Amino acid sequence: MKIPISIPAETFRIRAIDVGVFLIVLGILSFIIYIASQWGGPYERTLEIDLNPANIPAYAMQSLARIFLAYLLSLVFSIWYGYTASRTKIHEKIMIPLLDILQSIPVLSFLPGVVLAMIALFPGKRIGLEIACVLLIFTGQVWNMTFSFYHSISTIPKEMREVVKIFKFNKFSKFLRLDLPFSAIGLIWNSMMSVAGGWFFLMACEMFVLEDKDFRLPGLGSYIQTAANTGNIEYVIYGLGTMILLIIILDVFIWRPLIVWSQRFRLETIPPEDERESFVLNLFTGSTVIRKLADFLNNGINKIEKLSYTKFKLPEKSLINKISKILGLIVLLTLISIILWAFLKAVGLLSSITFNDIIIILEASFYSLIRVFVALLIALSWTLPVGVYIGLNPRAAKFLQGIVQIAASVPATAVFPVILLFLIKLGGGLDIGAIFLMLLGTQWYLLFNIIAGASSIPKDLIEISRAYGIKGIRKWKTLILPGIFPYLVTGLITASGGAWNATIVSEYVSFGGDIMRTEGLGALISSSSAEGNFGLLLLSTCFMSAIVVGINRLIWKRLFILAKTKYVLE
Amino acid sequence: MKREIILETKKIKKSFLIGKNREIAVLEDIDLKIFSGEFVSILGQSGAGKSTLLRIIAGLVEPSDGEVLYKGIPLKKADAKIAVVFQSFALFPWFTVLENVKVGLVELGLNEEQMNERAIRAIDLVGLDGFEDAYPRELSGGMRQRVGIARALAVEPELLLMDEPFSALDVLTADNLRGDIIDLWKDGKLPVKAIILVTHNIEEAVSMSSRAIILSHNPGKIKAEIPIELPYPRDRNSRDFKFLLDKIYTALIKSPEEIPFLLAAGRYQFLPHAKVGAIAGLIELVHDKGGIVDIYALSSELSMEVDDIFPLIEAAVILDFGEIREGDFLLTEKGKKWAEADTLEKKEIFKEVALQNVQLIKQIMQVLSTISKHRVSEEFFIDILKNHFTPEESWNQLETAIDWGRYAELFAYDYDAGELYLEAPETIDM
Repeated sequence: MKIPISIPAETFRIRAIDVGVFLIVLGILSFIIYIASQWGGPYERTLEIDLNPANIPAYAMQSLARIFLAYLLSLVFSIWYGYTASRTKIHEKIMIPLLDILQSIPVLSFLPGVVLAMIALFPGKRIGLEIACVLLIFTGQVWNMTFSFYHSISTIPKEMREVVKIFKFNKFSKFLRLDLPFSAIGLIWNSMMSVAGGWFFLMACEMFVLEDKDFRLPGLGSYIQTAANTGNIEYVIYGLGTMILLIIILDVFIWRPLIVWSQRFRLETIPPEDERESFVLNLFTGSTVIRKLADFLNNGINKIEKLSYTKFKLPEKSLINKISKILGLIVLLTLISIILWAFLKAVGLLSSITFNDIIIILEASFYSLIRVFVALLIALSWTLPVGVYIGLNPRAAKFLQGIVQIAASVPATAVFPVILLFLIKLGGGLDIGAIFLMLLGTQWYLLFNIIAGASSIPKDLIEISRAYGIKGIRKWKTLILPGIFPYLVTGLITASGGAWNATIVSEYVSFGGDIMRTEGLGALISSSSAEGNFGLLLLSTCFMSAIVVGINRLIWKRLFILAKTKYVLE
Repeated sequence: MKREIILETKKIKKSFLIGKNREIAVLEDIDLKIFSGEFVSILGQSGAGKSTLLRIIAGLVEPSDGEVLYKGIPLKKADAKIAVVFQSFALFPWFTVLENVKVGLVELGLNEEQMNERAIRAIDLVGLDGFEDAYPRELSGGMRQRVGIARALAVEPELLLMDEPFSALDVLTADNLRGDIIDLWKDGKLPVKAIILVTHNIEEAVSMSSRAIILSHNPGKIKAEIPIELPYPRDRNSRDFKFLLDKIYTALIKSPEEIPFLLAAGRYQFLPHAKVGAIAGLIELVHDKGGIVDIYALSSELSMEVDDIFPLIEAAVILDFGEIREGDFLLTEKGKKWAEADTLEKKEIFKEVALQNVQLIKQIMQVLSTISKHRVSEEFFIDILKNHFTPEESWNQLETAIDWGRYAELFAYDYDAGELYLEAPETIDM
């Protein structure tokens, strides 16, 4: 298993531009939350989720459709954003740090804003809630795909780009023949991870409470939650089983064939994925119908490409440049005025904030920080030995990796209700329980990275260590830890970000009509959004983003640079 | 008959800005005329800006000053028929050979049959018939470069540019491919009017081209133009061939007074990128051969190319271990002593000559012994060097100085902290 690293390797000092970008994001965020505070009109419909298992397929299809739509949106956005960012140095300087910050904003803070805005746009209709749900899943899926696409097209070898220039490709050809194939491997990998992440947010956005209003969409997520709320374990298991089945089906019929197929787009310098096979792909390539279809598609694309040089020849470059410049200026001006306006409004929202609130936020941050730290420690304590064992034993890997992958593919939010049932039975509060819930979501990033790291330790180094009788703690210190260090850091970065995001769903849970909560920043965000306290929501969301970005810049990325320079196995 | 000028460069200059208003010229005053029927090679050491010049001619890079004329028309406005063969082949790994060759044809507005016909003609020309449906990863390096050449020929360019096309290939494969191209060229089978070949391999230039243009280093200027009027096929053992090789070698290596200090015009001494171990190897070899060797003979005996051997020779000259006299390299007394010394003595001698002759090492020692904690960040020296070199070259310079300084046990280098420091400062304080 290989995890493509998609963290940009720039210098990680906090620069003026970062602050500027952060302010812009803050402005947009304020805008959304302000809109929410204004548009929180009544929403009457309450949908009853029918727990009859016969309804599961219909629910599952609807959930799948939401994830798929959000994924499509993410794909289009990633390509557009990646392209625009790589177009000029200025675009790059603004858009890449922006991505970094957007990535760290807890998606679930958007929930009330987006939901209320959409409901206001489509009063009384389900479509508004549906769009809100899709948008939320989108914000959870899109960033890593965007990073991957941007990273791919900005690492295209210089000479390949020169070929495109020398042979006078137009933009369409360049996209089709160079950029898309070049980014295919990374994009497919990240698509897989994104869609898996989509299930996580699906659980949160198909059913939630906002300002005493109950929002529900028919889907697998709401089914599982309803079943758990009514304490019906049997139905919970049906729901979860369906979800796991769906995930496995997607993996076997879509992702695995795609990953194997995409190997044709690798460069010589990238070593081949070790003999991956996909029987589905073999089935497909053996079929004449499929081959005919592929040929037909290919010819169609070739025809379109040729037409793009003759029939649809774009007008003179200078004209396009002028138009795009004017458009860009208009967009920029609108953006600036929106942001200014939003800032003013945000000040209004924040005016309700008292000094006491700030103290509360600081205290909550402290509790969450400790929880994240403990969760990471616990995750490390079991993933390190297990991951290294799997990584160093190819035979164990074959057997265990499948199990681990299935276990990891179950979204933590789907298992929450079940675990909550247990926690309630045990009588423990959410103080410790929250840590456990956070673990569920984040430990897998660590495990996969450690497995990848351990399996990349060169054979000869392992043999040398054996020859010199390096064992036990010394073996860990001299061979294993330095060997997996870069992977470990990558895993920790993702896991820590994920853990922060998970505080929102794990520190504040509504279950069976009751609300369970503990003190923490995530709980603060959840409760303020449920209660409609938008000032507090805005401030605590900003706090969380700032903490995540700060920790990334100050700790993780420093370690990452160290990993890339010193602990790199050449 | 007056031959047509395909391409002309007028006072081309290319420089890069470094820091505040300081710039470093890579190319300067390049006046070139490429006539129809010519096969011109551009020679120079690495870093001499040959590839940059080629990219300016191809229209891939804008010159800072001066202009490129294609048949008398500024390159940007001209409908230039130029194709490039790249050092790294630059093939699309996800396309077959045929698809790769057709890549340049889509834009020409041909229909599918015409495209196929042209592509197959080019593939046949370079001897790849039968491999149309193979993917690049199934081919050897030599065959891949043939695909690169076929791709360039398929568009029937008037000017074919080749950027070190053989340097990624092994010796035998490269020789074989060179031979095939010369055969096609001399028989007029290549659908091109002129070829420009960028190379650092002198033998390649003499065996293939009709004119060699030699670029100097730092900044790249045209240092010499040597016509090569030998008939094809060229006999490598002939006296004329060897005479031309020697002539180009002599033109290419820095003139003796150019090497030792390069301080004449206030310029900072340029350290050739040579590791101490390799310099020692060279000196000992020359010593075994009686203290004097012909540079060309030496390079062909060691089968080292200009880029590999010149830095060693230049380093030896800077360190006062040897000197250059009319294409020969001979050891000085110091050099002989160094060759005979044992490991410890070698270090002693090296310490002495490095402190005497190497500006950067002198400067480092001065700084380290003045500063009270005898520890300075590498960035400090990089900042100094950046006033004289590109950022990349600055790191190369420091790296070389660190290698030499460490060997001489003058100072040490802490990789993790990125700092240079004195190991036993008290001895130097006194």
